[in-house]
Amino acid sequence: MLPKSSRLGLVLFAIYLALYSGFVLLNTFAPDTMEATPWAGINVAILYGCGLILAAVVLALIYGVYCGVSEEQSSEEQS
Amino acid sequence: MIHVTSPIAVLFFLGFVAITLGLSFYLGSRAKSSQGYFTAHGQIPWFVNGIAFAGDYLSAASFLGICGMIAFYGYDGFLYSIGYLAGWVVALFVVAEPMKRLGKFTFADALNSRFQSRGIQLAAGVSTLAVSVFYLIPQMVGAGVLIQPLLGMPHWAGVLIVGATVIVIVVTAGMVSTTWVQFLKGALLVIFSTVLTVMVLNRGFDVKSGGNDGHDFRTLGPIVGELPNAASGLAELAGYDLLDTNGKIGLPPFLRTSDKETGEVVFWLIDKKRNGETFLRESQTLSQSPSGELFVNGLPKGTGPGQASLRPVGFLSKLPEGKTSTGPLGPLTFFSTLQQSEVVLWQSRKIVQPSESNNAPDVLTVFSPQPTPGSQVLRPGESPTFKGIRSEKFADKLNFLSLMLALFCGTASLPHILIRYYTVKDAAAARKSTIVGIACIGFFYILTLYMGLGAMTSGSLDVSDSNMAAPLLARGLSETLFACISAIAFTTVLGTVSGLILASAGAVSHDLISLLTHEKLTEHQQVRVAKIASVVVGCIAIVLGILFQKFNVSYLVGWAFSVAASANLPSLVMLLFWRGTTKQGIIAAVLVGMFSSLAWILASADTFTALYGLPPENALVPFSQPGIVTIPLGFLTLVVVSLLTKPKLAN
Repeated sequence: MLPKSSRLGLVLFAIYLALYSGFVLLNTFAPDTMEATPWAGINVAILYGCGLILAAVVLALIYGVYCGVSEEQSSEEQS
Repeated sequence: MIHVTSPIAVLFFLGFVAITLGLSFYLGSRAKSSQGYFTAHGQIPWFVNGIAFAGDYLSAASFLGICGMIAFYGYDGFLYSIGYLAGWVVALFVVAEPMKRLGKFTFADALNSRFQSRGIQLAAGVSTLAVSVFYLIPQMVGAGVLIQPLLGMPHWAGVLIVGATVIVIVVTAGMVSTTWVQFLKGALLVIFSTVLTVMVLNRGFDVKSGGNDGHDFRTLGPIVGELPNAASGLAELAGYDLLDTNGKIGLPPFLRTSDKETGEVVFWLIDKKRNGETFLRESQTLSQSPSGELFVNGLPKGTGPGQASLRPVGFLSKLPEGKTSTGPLGPLTFFSTLQQSEVVLWQSRKIVQPSESNNAPDVLTVFSPQPTPGSQVLRPGESPTFKGIRSEKFADKLNFLSLMLALFCGTASLPHILIRYYTVKDAAAARKSTIVGIACIGFFYILTLYMGLGAMTSGSLDVSDSNMAAPLLARGLSETLFACISAIAFTTVLGTVSGLILASAGAVSHDLISLLTHEKLTEHQQVRVAKIASVVVGCIAIVLGILFQKFNVSYLVGWAFSVAASANLPSLVMLLFWRGTTKQGIIAAVLVGMFSSLAWILASADTFTALYGLPPENALVPFSQPGIVTIPLGFLTLVVVSLLTKPKLAN
């Protein structure tokens, strides 16, 4: 049985993997979709690309906060 | 272009090296044991370690290569940023904590934690060494490429200075000093990139027709009548002799003229529009005589009378709504404005012109302006590296997929990144420092887009050297900033190289030497072996850095990522998630992954043209990037061999 934090890690990893694969596959098989400008006059390529970088940081922070909380709990339970 | 050496840049660089070496000697006096030497006693604070991750990871290829690629081709360079960062997600969620729990000093430790097998130790040690050396070559070449324009020294001097400094850093205090160098470098790189980005946004965009030297690149036309004869009637060409006459154009698509006073040969790109109009666009040429002398526009390269040098470029030809200047822009309006503007990019073509003096024909590189809509600049698939995604051929698309896969899987398998997990005290600290690293690196990668596009429109680009885009952008803004950025760019190499040398030294002293001697080395002996190994690897790196001078830096980096991902990732992941993994499976996966990716690269079209000088059609494999084949192959090998060698259950 994996520790809780590892399971959360794998879930977050799966989310990111889906986002990244989506980006790479869109680029490969439908490059024209990257040229659309859906918001603020900025194209999908930049929005999705910067979004991926922000997503990595946000997922990392969620993971960090969750692990921090669960570690505190387990150390309280032990004491 | 001719780069004037900046004394402030030299001063900044020497200052940085002095601080680094001082720190190394000071810390070296405190790190005596092997624990201290390889892992800094596991006592590096997690925040410092996180920034050091950034310092370790943001190599010259990241900073100079990506900014340069964006400045020359637009969005495509950013694809590297995205891929390089994505790899960190694998590192954090999958590899970080188990690595810390399983290992002690090296990657081989972690792989070997369940089996205590000499075979695994050998295979993992060799793969660590191979990946490190492959990754070292582009870093050293990068050092040489940088030092010439920045500090005015020849290529070999750059390689030698970096090599020598790094050897001293690594030998004196090992991981302790390496970490602090990387921390300093990572922090400085992010801070100064932020400053540069803010200045780029404040500057905004201006419509111009030339670079910062005040020269306006001319566009003539629309031309009435047939070229070249029609050109003789143009008032703008009154001061020139036409070299293409009698109804013939000697070197299409260029019309050649020679300045009556200076003898400067100006190439004009014949630009035929779809509506039938023809324009002539002023271009620049660079050529090398058989004796090695450089010529610009047919004149010897230089700044004196009768000489010429490549002119700085990088400007917008149109802004939305007919404006000529935008003033300061916000981080979002920066993109939306550029999206609707028109940028002049520079296309380079190599052409062979018959030499006037009966010698071998001159190879001439012509750089010609190409007004490009902003919407095209900001879309993927415009650079030679990534144009495959717009290709009809499936193999070209696979090549792109394969590279993005290698970047995704490669980071978490790079030995110099992996050893950094042992410098903190526990798994929680390993995790926290990875998060700091991700935040820092992610922020920097977003800045690369602003810096690259800023350099594209800075008026200070060198058409012949994309690596110089970011430093020259800084020079266009302020001389002091240029000095800082140059010094940081150079120390960027120092940080990464010292991490790599330490990883190799660890592999040699901890994994490989102990296989040869049957007695276990004492801690003191291990450190001594590691120091000797650092010097040897450092010297090899210096030699390779000089030998591979002409090689493309980013090409070699992709090489290292592919080999790392193919050799290391399958066994690392399967060891963590599959109980059926056997030691034979791991050994086979590491070896198959390493050799298959190497063989694929050596048989690819890229290597055929770059290394052997053979036609790319002769390549033995359908596309150049191995990852999409060799990473799954590594996994498959591990599973098959593990199943075949499954230990018989006792009951």
